[in-house]
Amino acid sequence: MEASAASRIGPLLLADIDEPGLNTLEVYERRGGYSSLRKALAMDPEQVLAELEASGVRGRGGAGFAMGKKVSFLPKGSMDKYLVCNADESEPGTFKDRELMQKTPHTLIEGIVIASYAAGTNRSFVYIRGEYVLQADMLDAALEEARDAGYIGEGILGSRHSLSLVVHRGAGAYICGEETGLLDSLEGKRGNPRLKPPFPANQGLYQGPTLINNVETLATVPAIIHMGGAEYAKLGVETSTGTKVVSVSGHVRRPGNYEIELGIPSREIIYDLAGGPPEGRSIKCWFPGGSSSPVLTADDLDVPYDFDSMGKAGSMMGSGAIIVVDDSTPIMEIALKTAKFYRHESCGKCTPCREGTNWTVKMLERIDEGLATPVDLEIMASVQEHIIGNCLCVLGDAMAMPIGSMIAKFRDEFEAHMERARIAHGLGDDEMALTAQGTLGVPASGELDVGLHPPTREGDRAPGAHAGEPGTQKGGV
Amino acid sequence: MSGADGAERLIRELELESAYESDDVPRVPRFGHGSRVPGWDRAADLDKDPAEIPDPERVEVPPALREEIELHMSHYPDRRSAALPALAAAQRVHGWCSPEAIEQVACVMRVTPAYLESLSGFYDMLETSPAGRHSVYVCTNISCSLRGADALYEATARAVEGDENVNVRSFECLGACDIAPMASVDGVYVGPLSPEDVPAMLEDIHAGRDVLPEKQLARRLVADPHANSREFPEHPVHRLTIPGIDPEIPAERAAFGPVADEDRGEQTAPLEPQPEHGEEDKS
Repeated sequence: MEASAASRIGPLLLADIDEPGLNTLEVYERRGGYSSLRKALAMDPEQVLAELEASGVRGRGGAGFAMGKKVSFLPKGSMDKYLVCNADESEPGTFKDRELMQKTPHTLIEGIVIASYAAGTNRSFVYIRGEYVLQADMLDAALEEARDAGYIGEGILGSRHSLSLVVHRGAGAYICGEETGLLDSLEGKRGNPRLKPPFPANQGLYQGPTLINNVETLATVPAIIHMGGAEYAKLGVETSTGTKVVSVSGHVRRPGNYEIELGIPSREIIYDLAGGPPEGRSIKCWFPGGSSSPVLTADDLDVPYDFDSMGKAGSMMGSGAIIVVDDSTPIMEIALKTAKFYRHESCGKCTPCREGTNWTVKMLERIDEGLATPVDLEIMASVQEHIIGNCLCVLGDAMAMPIGSMIAKFRDEFEAHMERARIAHGLGDDEMALTAQGTLGVPASGELDVGLHPPTREGDRAPGAHAGEPGTQKGGV
Repeated sequence: MSGADGAERLIRELELESAYESDDVPRVPRFGHGSRVPGWDRAADLDKDPAEIPDPERVEVPPALREEIELHMSHYPDRRSAALPALAAAQRVHGWCSPEAIEQVACVMRVTPAYLESLSGFYDMLETSPAGRHSVYVCTNISCSLRGADALYEATARAVEGDENVNVRSFECLGACDIAPMASVDGVYVGPLSPEDVPAMLEDIHAGRDVLPEKQLARRLVADPHANSREFPEHPVHRLTIPGIDPEIPAERAAFGPVADEDRGEQTAPLEPQPEHGEEDKS
């Protein structure tokens, strides 16, 4: 069951989003706003939860976890429970939440109130990144209106449900988008991720059960309640239901946010909606889900854009941010930018991530300086392998996966770049063997098992180097 | 003894600084390649006592700042949650998270200065050294750099050389790749920019006008052609309005919005509280 552009329904989240005054309660209510909340409050919380589960909606922040299931994980009973909206949208390439919060903040507030009703939480926070000044101001203004109108506060609309909401502004840290890092930051600490379990559903904010959802996920909730979960589930494909706002950027003619039904071919998004790469250029690679997702190439353009298809293609849909890179850009540049970003944003708590991101940057810089040999690619790939799965959070993995995929898919280009850099720095072929043997001290043949991408060209190997552990080598001459 | 004796601390730091310059104090041995942690090669005074929670009788906090911090604290079950908004407020007053600013926040929040410094060192938008009053964050992440952000950053940095009022930084993804390459000027997103836009942008900043109104993100309509069922006009420009501050006053702005009107002259920010009994320390 593959959806196509022809079966496209009207947009749910972006519908008439530029209508003047939509950020105010007056216009939002005139357009039927907060009717879903009234509908939800007339139901039992269990019924609302059942609708969310029936909708099959998966989290829009990156991990793609089923939202209904997440809500159901919260323990029942009366205790301090919290709902936190993750508006720390920092994944490179992602800007969907920004547009939603800026233009229709009441949709998010309505979604938060409904979700808090289903989850039985009485305190909620929106953690918005500090750079989003306009968006936070819009939210604050909308919150004021909602409070005055009785949508937030004690006994909402005459029901027994009460909710407080605070817009909390961050101060610039990518790691605070990670859910437990966000919780620490919201508690007023450095945004260091926590060990899981316990998961936030059991012990989250202030050690209380906490539901954390992305802005887009929560903004979808009013539409789900309005349509009914079963009806919503008809959109998209079986395992990825509904619509998704996709942020397309990079080398495309019309970068921006597009709402699509999940499961349409990626080509339709990149070419039909965003206009494809500029005249005379072709796509070299593209990130399907922000800079944390492994890159895909032009061969993968027909993969349906949904959670599972992207996973099968060896990447991930992540936050739904497509970054297109055309053939005029060297892959080295992309790899270095990506690695530098994660080096900067690593919180430093876990060694594999802190050191792995740092050394990956250093090794990439070596390539640019003409000091690298093809075996460095092996070492770099093995560093990536040692990061994945070995840290408290996935920030390190988020660098390791794209870098690993770039080395796998553009190995020839990395090697050619190395060679050019060597020649440009006056290092010939003869010295290459010397460097590999004398200063790197890494094994020249199969002794170094990196698994990921076995070298294909024997000629690139220096003969007779001695064995050594990767990562303990002192670089340089 | 009280660890927060300003005079002693200041003099000890100055002594260390000069000893450090003349190589009398050996550098703490570190990795030969240097560390990426800012300040890793700064000399540390290991004899110094950790500063305690400041004494409210001794620390003078501007009433408006105190009020704002207390308001933030009232929003959360745990007062420490207000640390980020409180530091942001203090930065708006002091221009950066100076020792004085940290001390004032620590005094109101009843936490140690070290606790707050651990935060100001962690978060990118909190300045740990004197910085220009106006902030220009140029996004140099992937999407923007694909469209020429590095040239934009260089042009901007070159244009403000020697200008102490403007703090230009290359920033990680600001979440506006649709207007790449872009910059956030005192919190107002503008783009797409080219190096040719830089002089006009700086002129607007210095004149306290709305920055490049034609290029503001706030005005833009959504890109999706299926989103709007009919044509809508562009949105109004983004004006920074923080409650309690008259928007008509020419904006002196900082990363977190408008700042209090205060002429700082040559010095960008105070270094330490004034010594109270400085004479005896001049050994």
